[in-house]
Amino acid sequence: METPLTQHISSDRPPYNLRDYEKVGGYQALRKALTTMTPAEVTKLVQESDLKGRGGAGFNTGMKWSFVPMTDGTPIKYLIANADEMEPGTFKDRMLMEGNPHQFIEGMIISAYAIQANISYIFLRWAYKKAGRLLLHAMEEAYAAGYLGKNILGIGYNLEMHLHTGVGRYICGEETALLNALEGKRATPRTKPPFPQVSGLFGKPTIVNNVETFCNIPHIIQNGAQWFKDLSKGSDAGTKIYGISGRVKKPGLWELPMGVTMRELIEVHGGGMANGYEFRGALPGGASTDFLVKEHLDVKLDFKSVAAAGSRLGTGTMIILDDHTCPVGFVHNLEHFFAQESCGWCTPCREGLPWTEKTLLSIERGEGRPEDLDLLDMHTKYLGPGNTFCALAPGAMEPLQSALKYFREDFEMHITQKKCPWR
Amino acid sequence: MPLAVIIMAIIYIDKKPFEAKAGKNLLETCLTLGFNLPYFCWHPAMGSVGACRQCAVRLYKDENDTTGRLVMSCMEGIRDNMYVSLDDPVARDFRSQNMEWLMTNHPHDCAVCDEGGSCHLQDMTVMTGHSYRRFRYPKRTYKNQYLGPFINHEMNRCIQCYRCVRFYKDYAGGKDLDVFAAHDHVYFGREKDGILENEFSGNLAEVCPTGVFTDKTLKQHYTRKWDMTMAPSICQHCSLGCNIIAGERYGELRQITSRYNSEVNGYFICDRGRFGYEFVNDVTRIQQPLIRNGNTGQSLFENLKTVLSAGKMIGIGSPRATLEANFALRQLVGKQNFYQGIPEHEACLIQTVLETSNGGHVHTPSLSETEQADVVLILGEDPTNSAPRLALALRQAVRKKPLDNASQANIPAWHDAALRELIQDEKGELFVAYPIETKLDELAAGTFRAAPDDIARLGFAIADCLSDAAPIPLRMDDHVLETARNIAAVLQKAERPLIVSGTSLHNVDVIKAAFNIALALQTDQRKAALCFTLPECNSVGLGMMHAPSLDTAMEDVDADTIVILENDLYRRGAKQAIDGFLAKFKNIIVLDHLHHATTGKATILLPVATFAEGEGTLVNNEGRAQRFFQVFMPKNENIRESWRWLDEFHQFCQGKMPDELNELDHLLEELVTVMPQFKGVETVAPPSGFRINGQRIPREPHRFSGRTSMQANVAVSEPKPPEDTDSPLSYTMEGYRGIPPAPLIPFYWSPGWNSGQSLHKYQIEVGGPLHGGDPGKRLFHEDLVSKAGFQDNIPCAFKPHNGETVFVPVSHIFGSDELSVYSPSVTSRTPKPYVMIGRQDAARLQVTEGDLLNVRIGGVAMDLPVKGSDALPEGLAGIPFNLPSMPGLSWPCKGTLTLLKP
Amino acid sequence: MIIQETLTPEEIEEIDHEIALVPYRKAACIEALKIVQHHRGWISDESLQSIADHLEMSVEELDSVATFYNLVFRKPVGRNVILLCDSISCYVMGYEKIYAQIRDRLHISFGETTPDGRFTLLPNACLGTCDHAPALMINNELYRDLTEDRLDEILNGYH
Ligand SMILES: Cc1cc2nc3c(=O)[nH]c(=O)nc-3n(C[C@H](O)[C@H](O)[C@H](O)COP(=O)(O)O)c2cc1C
Ligand code: SF4
Ligand code: FES
Repeated sequence: METPLTQHISSDRPPYNLRDYEKVGGYQALRKALTTMTPAEVTKLVQESDLKGRGGAGFNTGMKWSFVPMTDGTPIKYLIANADEMEPGTFKDRMLMEGNPHQFIEGMIISAYAIQANISYIFLRWAYKKAGRLLLHAMEEAYAAGYLGKNILGIGYNLEMHLHTGVGRYICGEETALLNALEGKRATPRTKPPFPQVSGLFGKPTIVNNVETFCNIPHIIQNGAQWFKDLSKGSDAGTKIYGISGRVKKPGLWELPMGVTMRELIEVHGGGMANGYEFRGALPGGASTDFLVKEHLDVKLDFKSVAAAGSRLGTGTMIILDDHTCPVGFVHNLEHFFAQESCGWCTPCREGLPWTEKTLLSIERGEGRPEDLDLLDMHTKYLGPGNTFCALAPGAMEPLQSALKYFREDFEMHITQKKCPWR
Repeated sequence: MPLAVIIMAIIYIDKKPFEAKAGKNLLETCLTLGFNLPYFCWHPAMGSVGACRQCAVRLYKDENDTTGRLVMSCMEGIRDNMYVSLDDPVARDFRSQNMEWLMTNHPHDCAVCDEGGSCHLQDMTVMTGHSYRRFRYPKRTYKNQYLGPFINHEMNRCIQCYRCVRFYKDYAGGKDLDVFAAHDHVYFGREKDGILENEFSGNLAEVCPTGVFTDKTLKQHYTRKWDMTMAPSICQHCSLGCNIIAGERYGELRQITSRYNSEVNGYFICDRGRFGYEFVNDVTRIQQPLIRNGNTGQSLFENLKTVLSAGKMIGIGSPRATLEANFALRQLVGKQNFYQGIPEHEACLIQTVLETSNGGHVHTPSLSETEQADVVLILGEDPTNSAPRLALALRQAVRKKPLDNASQANIPAWHDAALRELIQDEKGELFVAYPIETKLDELAAGTFRAAPDDIARLGFAIADCLSDAAPIPLRMDDHVLETARNIAAVLQKAERPLIVSGTSLHNVDVIKAAFNIALALQTDQRKAALCFTLPECNSVGLGMMHAPSLDTAMEDVDADTIVILENDLYRRGAKQAIDGFLAKFKNIIVLDHLHHATTGKATILLPVATFAEGEGTLVNNEGRAQRFFQVFMPKNENIRESWRWLDEFHQFCQGKMPDELNELDHLLEELVTVMPQFKGVETVAPPSGFRINGQRIPREPHRFSGRTSMQANVAVSEPKPPEDTDSPLSYTMEGYRGIPPAPLIPFYWSPGWNSGQSLHKYQIEVGGPLHGGDPGKRLFHEDLVSKAGFQDNIPCAFKPHNGETVFVPVSHIFGSDELSVYSPSVTSRTPKPYVMIGRQDAARLQVTEGDLLNVRIGGVAMDLPVKGSDALPEGLAGIPFNLPSMPGLSWPCKGTLTLLKP
Repeated sequence: MIIQETLTPEEIEEIDHEIALVPYRKAACIEALKIVQHHRGWISDESLQSIADHLEMSVEELDSVATFYNLVFRKPVGRNVILLCDSISCYVMGYEKIYAQIRDRLHISFGETTPDGRFTLLPNACLGTCDHAPALMINNELYRDLTEDRLDEILNGYH
């Protein structure tokens, strides 16, 4: 089983420095792309590989790049790595950055070359102190080796790279809010269209991709589109960093072929449920995905199959709901997070999420009323995509709507018993 | 100017086809088409941002799509063959749900809220059908802030539509209001309590859809909109002639709001205009005629008869009185005895402006046209202080040029957020030449600080760079020439160049230079726009009468009687000179509404109506004649419009009896016969006999309450409403309820739309002209009247003289206007007298901020504290213009500065 | 507490470095807030004013940004800031017990500072170490797989 992204990552030692990374073939892909391929060829190859964005939305990466105007008229362009990773339950990008920063940087440089951007940013979550130190060091090395800076590999291509650490707000991960944050503004999202590819950072064409997305790029360049597609067991190409948190025996992260089943992930890699705990459901890809339950254990974890099962692959890092944990409390915790992290720009999210949270809290405390469930249903109905300004609130409704579907009796029990049966 | 091609599209709303304009958004289109669609964050002048989510509709892919999706109509551009549904149950339900969300934390305090009855939030709540609030948790509460004398803050009512910051910060360039915190704690206000600094803060009260930001001055004598008697009016406080609605209750003027005119002020007015109205209510208003040293045994008219029929009489007009009043005075005293009540120097400035503007050589832009300029040069003006609404327009102009790039990126003009993100800090080119810092400097590509004469020289030099025929200023400094060349190069490339200048510096050469630039820019394809600001609300109207100045009257007049019309001569010159002049007359008849130094000299003092108590016509800086209407009957029958008094005297001198007296319409007919340059003013508004279906236009909303009881303290029977013989407006709530002709709109109201947002029902299309055309009639010639060459007589460069200081008048939005300072709110924002000096002079005199300097100008001496300026060139000193607490000066002036030993 | 009013040369140098990287001054404001907070622990009104002046923006505009973000402290904090993750994985793994224990030991709840100024306790959204929940951060140090017996020892390491 090939694990291109994690093959050089080990928890037993510090990450490779530049020399060691080069020894195992690092920066060869960069050399190949910059010296033997045109930017358009890089974009085309990535598009053909069917690499889908690993930040949650799953959009074809090469296609996204192809919308960047490549005429001579727009000299300033930006490339941004979204390393904000603040979706609760998600911790994969941290591992990629702490484990092999050069792989990530190499991916960024190739991607920047593809769209001919001369300035790049890593938007790093503030809490990732270690990743920040390692990235700065790796960037220094890359500058010194001539992989960054002026006239890279002598082909006349220039690229600057900056590390920006955030000051905390989940919404900064939303790619247009991230642009505002980088501009030193309030991180409220922007409307699309215009897409960042046309009017992004400082009004210039910009590409934002997830860390994991970038980490895939060198391998696609080296091994080709077909190889990448063949890595997968499912309907989407490549491998995926999957993770589990919650009451399993061995919570953690694994790089597996795209399309591994939920059962395999939990039982084989996660070691099964912890002793004394039973599986009730899981959010397959972070806090803003719908619950999957026992009947879904054989669902393949790729974008298409998870969607068919009524959820989203999201970030591929799963949070397990066990039988000792109150589903109402669980969802309340999530909605508390989302209500807090609403940017306050659009009405449904700003007002709807706190209402949802208060309703859940009152149910959890045994103060709920039967009509509260209607209110929750109403929110899940109207905080959907398109009704709100960005995807935060629709994401917030995913665990709630599925919890109301799969664990409705737990909600009703709280209301009829006027207490939380788990407390 | 490239012609915008308007492409029409067919869109289907709930299956019915409609014609719509491509390039507009769906929300404004629906409103234009007459649909009632709720919204909050969108504003016609500020565009869309899609924040409130209130304007949701269902959009279908095509005719056969039955699912569709909810979209925000404000964020959807019009496309041909668009299928949308407003009536769709899900869309309706979502809108009503959105309203419930907005209302979860709203205090529902309508009964005690100033916005009640004219509240957009109330209207939209009713429109969406939301009635029962299911939220049962404690509401969020906020602390309110003290925001100064104009605006009241009540944050709990906020629905977070973001309009306030978008107006104050993005549109008006304010710095001290913003949004703080996040999620459901967002707060709109200042960092700390304090006065809102921006000159347009009052618009917050109109822009805010609920009662967060309200008019604090209205609060002092609060009246609901539906209880107000209102009339269309014109602002009296500068030369731009912004259109306003004035509202009254119990004989007191209570509120000024902006009245839309797509060619003048659009949706907004400045704070001087909004809050400067209190002079109408001032306790020192002249209430009764006063006869001094007269025959006490005789009545007023007997006294007047004696005075008016004996001896020679001269009349002194006024730039703040109406055309009608000045004309009536001229008729009374005779053409050769009528003088403009302004000093020679000012008269000369105004004549120069008129010659250049009215000759058809250059284009005089309307206020809204100034917003369209792509390059702006301000030559010797500070619009923020002398013509504030113009400064707001120029702020928008500076955004226009980058917008041209935006249209290339396919971002429509209404998409405000996307435009700002694309444009970032990019600006169109604005150049400011003025002796001191101005607020618009922050937007300027270049500033030039110099003495007025040097500013004129810069202007001449720019014109010289643009045209070989323009005269060449001699002995120019290299760096000034360089500046001139740079500015000329940018102007040359502009498609819609605009030159702004005016009279505030009291320098006629500045005006001539501005004219030369505009003329030099003229090509067959391009007529440069030249916009002048003038001192007062009817400076142009008075100027167009071509009468001699006050100085002429003072120099060579010998008469028994002087009639002074609404004019405090002591503001126009040194006290000694005015004293001497007035001493010449046996009879001094003064007509005015407020006491001042000149009324103190009157032998006969007549109380006159303010703009709120009478009708009249004013001509603004672009030569637009505009009519204002009586808002309420004066307190007593002695208070009458000046023109009525004067016209009566006139008739009376001719032996006519009061019952045959003239009406306003006749006076205007006479005016255009006698002075054909005013042809057109008689058509500025429908005549007094105008009726729709036999009905008048009511000044009172149909819910006006207390009519039968409001005077119960006087008499219990309902008084007969006053009758208005001068206009088609009535003093009742009965009458024509439809949309009246634009000059007669007394207030905005439409079924379901009680707030001012109902305005779109009065417009042909959202943001466009009013039904029947915008009010006002331009009197200036657009076609060439006579062939004019370039102006010459270029002044010499300014050289500081040892021991002699040249004073420049510094205009203040709050303080320099005669009438608005009677408002306590405006007074509290008025600066204390000061003398402003530059760095070099401060060093030479060894003074710092706050030290007292003795200022001597002619016979006038004052001790004034020093205010430092980084910009003011050596040898100049600034004196606040026309502050009420300062003695009258005759501008331009020179004098001395000496340090007062402590 | 002594409130420093103007920016130190060191702070200015660091801020100017950030300004050089962006197309206009204001765009460096978040970096500037971080720099000053790094030196002073929090952003007082006076600091806010000095930063705003240096960036040529109004205090309102800067505070609008400062108050948007979670980790710009506009109130003084203790010498050590405990950020306890209260997000979902830590919820499942029992952060509430850790919270109870901290309250018990330090007598402070979320948002409070010990009277001796030693600790400030703040709730924090997901620290991105969910496979090692529950977790907390003190200053720049991350503590994972927390148990009740380890907590006292951890707290004792901070003065
Ligand atoms: C509220 C919200 C938070 C998000 N947070 C992140 C994040 O932390 N990291 C990330 O890569 N994408 C995040 N996304 C998705 C981004 O908007 C964007 O789709 C992604 O960065 C694109 O990269 P990709 O195409 O490589 O997946 C978030 C989206 C939303 C709506
Ligand atoms: S859904 Fe609206 S309020 Fe919520 S985060 Fe997005 S833009 Fe902000
Ligand atoms: S008016 Fe359309 S979203 Fe606010």
